[in-house]
Amino acid sequence: MAKTDNMAKEDKSIGSGWHFSPDAIHKPAEVDTAAPPSAGRRSFLRKGAAMAGVALAGAGGGASVAQAAKLTVPEWSRTMGKPIPPTDYGMPIEYESHYVRTRSDVFVNRQNYSDWSMSPLQKQQGIVTPNGVFFERHHNGTAKIDPEQHRLVIHGLVKRPLVFTMSDLMRYPSVSKFHFMECSGNTLTDWREPRSTTVQQSHGLLSCAQWTGVPLAWLLDEAGVDPKGKWVMLEGADGSGHLRSIPMEKIMDDVLIAFGQNGEMLRAEQGYPIRAFVPGWEGNTSVKWLRRIKVVEGPAHVRGETARYTDPMPDGKWRQFSMEMECKSVITSPSGGMTLRGGPGFYEIQGFAWSGNGKITHVDVTLDGGRNWREATLEEPVMDKCLTRFRYRWNWDGGPARIASRAKDSTGYVQPTVEDLAREREIVGFVQHHNGIYPWAVSQQGEVTNAIG
Amino acid sequence: MLSVKLCGAFASALFLTFGAAQASSYPERPDVGFGQPISEADIQPWNIDIHTPSGAGLPPGEGTVAQGREVYQARCLACHGEKAAGGPVYGTMVGGIGSMTERPRVLTPGSMYPYAPILFDYTRRAMPMDAPQSLSNDEVYAVSAYIYYLNELIGEDFKMNAETMPQIKMPNRDAFIVDDRPDAQAERCMSDCPPIGTVADAEWKAGD
Repeated sequence: MAKTDNMAKEDKSIGSGWHFSPDAIHKPAEVDTAAPPSAGRRSFLRKGAAMAGVALAGAGGGASVAQAAKLTVPEWSRTMGKPIPPTDYGMPIEYESHYVRTRSDVFVNRQNYSDWSMSPLQKQQGIVTPNGVFFERHHNGTAKIDPEQHRLVIHGLVKRPLVFTMSDLMRYPSVSKFHFMECSGNTLTDWREPRSTTVQQSHGLLSCAQWTGVPLAWLLDEAGVDPKGKWVMLEGADGSGHLRSIPMEKIMDDVLIAFGQNGEMLRAEQGYPIRAFVPGWEGNTSVKWLRRIKVVEGPAHVRGETARYTDPMPDGKWRQFSMEMECKSVITSPSGGMTLRGGPGFYEIQGFAWSGNGKITHVDVTLDGGRNWREATLEEPVMDKCLTRFRYRWNWDGGPARIASRAKDSTGYVQPTVEDLAREREIVGFVQHHNGIYPWAVSQQGEVTNAIG
Repeated sequence: MLSVKLCGAFASALFLTFGAAQASSYPERPDVGFGQPISEADIQPWNIDIHTPSGAGLPPGEGTVAQGREVYQARCLACHGEKAAGGPVYGTMVGGIGSMTERPRVLTPGSMYPYAPILFDYTRRAMPMDAPQSLSNDEVYAVSAYIYYLNELIGEDFKMNAETMPQIKMPNRDAFIVDDRPDAQAERCMSDCPPIGTVADAEWKAGD
């Protein structure tokens, strides 16, 4: 795709483009600042059309209500559009070529096979992450697997070991569910001090999709689980042979053998042709390129269950099998690297909240670093173990602010601060499972920066 | 007593009725079976996991430190460096024993692994990165011996095999605790709350 000058500029200043920066949103002449955050959909819809019109008009910005220039009839209104090709896989328009995932560049690996890429959360619309920007984490690159030749085997403590082809698996009735996926290492660069500039760098090991597949419980039932079988090993067919052991209870509850993601077959980097999907649990348990399922009495305690994906604890201890991704949220707009170009006035704060233990019930937003909190609006649908988008209408007074979100889930758990977490865990080295409240600082110039630590 | 019996009976009935295979979040399993039977013998080429606490699954074969040094020079050194002390791609695989209560904790197979066979399982399935599953079992035993020798966990004359490997005493054996979260207890304070704290705040107060 050809890059225009605009795009080159976009690339250099992540977070300041018109696509997602609040500078695209004019301060409307009148904002009902008295309206509570839960003013609700009706009020939003009433104003929506007018506001969207202003935003799309684009240029300018700021508090003044200057007279707009006289309209001209653009070229695209006086020519034919592009014809429909016989077949194609549609791609975003070239102006959106900045919407890309980015390889880990705060924690930089010295090879790119056991590495990860971060999803541009600040640019995502809605709660579903497009497949092309869904975050990646591989242990030995992206495997390329011929679906005709791929086999999935179930064995171990079962009455009848079974092997499945992809055609076999796709003959079963399937189910589709919306769920987030988050890497256990998401946000690990930013515990003690700000190291990431953008929310893509700090929180981009997070994405959300509709997953389609077959409940693993059905296949295990077909194989006949021995009552001694209490754990299930999942192993990948890629060059890392990634393996995790999962308790039978979770497997029987909601683990999927997934082949579909957001309306199409899995992308290669998401485990084509088949992966496990373990709702709400750390991403690496959803083993990609799944080749083998073994029912066992207990976990194997392999490297990925002992030396990796474990949490440093006080007294030299390590917490093991900490697999649920606890309730977390982050403001994605305005977020690090953005500038409130419109000056003081109206901005919509928005972000994501999610919990591996249930549904999001509340999100609160602070503008003063945590002294006072106001409830944000949750946008429907609000689903179990799924990204939930929250919104809060902010009339920025132009002073320095410290903004953050705090989520609560259906278990009653409230998202903690890093201070709360550090009272329980040892924050040393490669620390996983960072679900701390994440503040952004807004300067008087409207510049938004990472304020963790 | 009666109630205990009833409870037990109830539990068994539940188990029989729903079995181990009732998926609670999804519809009932269709009465079909599309999997093709296969014997455990025919699965063996893929059956590479080791139950690392016991060593169950470790294959026949053996390797020595001297043999492992040769395997290492040929297949591992380019990434992991001389004597596994760290190379152009990865950090050290030696040392760190006793560092778990220090900062930083130095994480190596010697300092971190609770069970010695973890190294066999991982090396066989994933190493070397450019040719996984290409080492013979003897070579995996040998290079494991070399790494544990460099970590001073075994002597130079150690013969690594399915019998000896699980018996190596690993310093981090008892360091693991099972997930006990939720640990942090936060409240949904709405006004006049303490400001968002930092890791340093927690450590400062803990040190007070």
